[in-house]
Amino acid sequence: MSELTLTLIKLGFLALLWMFVLAVLSVIRSDLFGAKVDSRAAAAAVPQNSRTPKPAKPIKKRKGLPGSVTIADGPQAGVGASLGDEPVIIGRGSDCQIRLDDDYSSTRHARVFQSEGQWWVEDLGSTNGTYLDGQRVTRPVPAEIGGSIRIGRTTLNIAK
Amino acid sequence: MSIASTSVIQIIPRTRRGVELLLLVIAIAVSVGAYVNIGITVQNAVPASTGYYAAGIGLLALIAHFALRYRAPYADPVLLPCAVLLNGLGVAMIHRIDLGLAIVAEAKGKVPKGPAAPQQITWTAVGVVLFLVVILVIRDHRRLQALTYTAGLAGLVLLVLPLIPGLGVNLNGARIWIRLAGMSFQPGEFAKICLVVFFAGYLVVKRDVLTLAGHRFLGLDLPRARDLGPIGIAWAVSLGVLVFESDLGSSLLFFGLFLFLLYVSTERAGWLIIGGLLFVGGAYFAYMTFGHVHRRVTDWLNPWAIDGGQVKLGLMGQSWGGILGRGLGQGHPEATLYANSDMIISSFAEELGLTGLIAILLVYTLIIERGLRTALGCRDIFGKLIATGLAMSFALQVFVIVGGVTGLIPLTGLATPFMALGGTSLVANWAIIALLLRISDQARRPQTPAAPVSDETIAMAVQKA
Repeated sequence: MSELTLTLIKLGFLALLWMFVLAVLSVIRSDLFGAKVDSRAAAAAVPQNSRTPKPAKPIKKRKGLPGSVTIADGPQAGVGASLGDEPVIIGRGSDCQIRLDDDYSSTRHARVFQSEGQWWVEDLGSTNGTYLDGQRVTRPVPAEIGGSIRIGRTTLNIAK
Repeated sequence: MSIASTSVIQIIPRTRRGVELLLLVIAIAVSVGAYVNIGITVQNAVPASTGYYAAGIGLLALIAHFALRYRAPYADPVLLPCAVLLNGLGVAMIHRIDLGLAIVAEAKGKVPKGPAAPQQITWTAVGVVLFLVVILVIRDHRRLQALTYTAGLAGLVLLVLPLIPGLGVNLNGARIWIRLAGMSFQPGEFAKICLVVFFAGYLVVKRDVLTLAGHRFLGLDLPRARDLGPIGIAWAVSLGVLVFESDLGSSLLFFGLFLFLLYVSTERAGWLIIGGLLFVGGAYFAYMTFGHVHRRVTDWLNPWAIDGGQVKLGLMGQSWGGILGRGLGQGHPEATLYANSDMIISSFAEELGLTGLIAILLVYTLIIERGLRTALGCRDIFGKLIATGLAMSFALQVFVIVGGVTGLIPLTGLATPFMALGGTSLVANWAIIALLLRISDQARRPQTPAAPVSDETIAMAVQKA
């Protein structure tokens, strides 16, 4: 076998090996963005999750201001506070508007307050964090109707 | 979810089994190509056994593929081809070293040892059978959670099995093998899987408590002192493995796994700091106290001092390979001790060069990436933690062995996943891939609209159960 043939075989094999790696990468790439959605499939997908009409959503949320915060589940379900003008403090302490019976919440855990014509959720340096719709609250976040606040093991719903 | 879906790209779940088949064909082509290439360069002809080799590996891959079509249609399309490629390349390299050793023995006028490659193919078949069993029997990985403590006990028993006199054997300075009915096994390979299941099940229940912060120190939330128990036990056991079984690799793997899962489940970097310090302390203690650990470190710091040492010969082979390698069948990887097991990565580096080695390491990385991707997509915390643990066990294992072979860390006898000669490790790795595929099937399967369950509710349900 000539030297040249052997070199060609060697390079050919390396190319084949890399072809596999590149093929895998292209599969992963196409997997990342999913299949192209044809209009029919998209139309079918819309009614599933469109309780509120799509384009109006962001505007509609600002229209109605939240009116209350209520504990959603557990023995304290139903306990809550209405959102008037005063900020509402949630925690285990006796001075809180909503007193939680939850070992995982801090004494003064979170605050719901009004500013610039909107309600906000703010974490008060709690140990275990406050979550609004699954996102950890690190700075004041707008509170909207239908949102849920999780503190420790307690979930609170924001309603009209 | 409904709010976010307007801005998110709609992803239509696809099974992608066709793509998997295509990748499998390429993987088999690479493996058979390696085999033929070795035959041409070493024996100057396409070997007669090529047909058997191709049929064997092709059949096994197809059986696994159709099992997925049948029982896990939405499983990840990339994991199986990557595993088949590594397994096939490993067998080809083991065959190549068989040929090399036979030539060496002939030159010395000795009778060559029996070839190891057929044995490895047999073990591949056993591995694929276990793969099928896992895919067919475990229909839902969440059922494994009921076995949390059973798995923990089984893992521990498997880990200490080699220490039982009469059963365990001392090979190459490490006591990690057991001999049963004339065959040797490495129970630690299966202990790894059991322990991942145990850690995941344990942390799902305890993660809330472990998340509670104690003191704040240098901007880090350190955990409460009373929560240090589990990490202390894990540390003691891994140190015990190091001391009594002289196996640095398993010890690192075991402790690293626990630490990673602890970190992933609690999101507290404090655990990593504490664990890192514990490991460094333990390793230094072992280095000062135990001769075999000390020897490993001195070999690592000065590989050139030992005549014919495997690290030294391995490094020389790698440098001889250079960028493009000698070409399959044209180097002398057989000159290194354990060229087909511990040092197989260095054998590949010698014959395929840096170019080939990077491709192989990328395939490992892709397996790990798909494992972590599965964990991200998985809808329950238990599955997330198992997938993370299995992917991390792969990552740690590749790091420890490749690091050892290339001289980054002291060499320890961890098996190169899917490639190294050794039945137990190969079979266990097939089981790991099967578990990952099972979880990924669940993760990628379209959600039934009737049960729009979020992660949190599942976590809550699991904690209550």
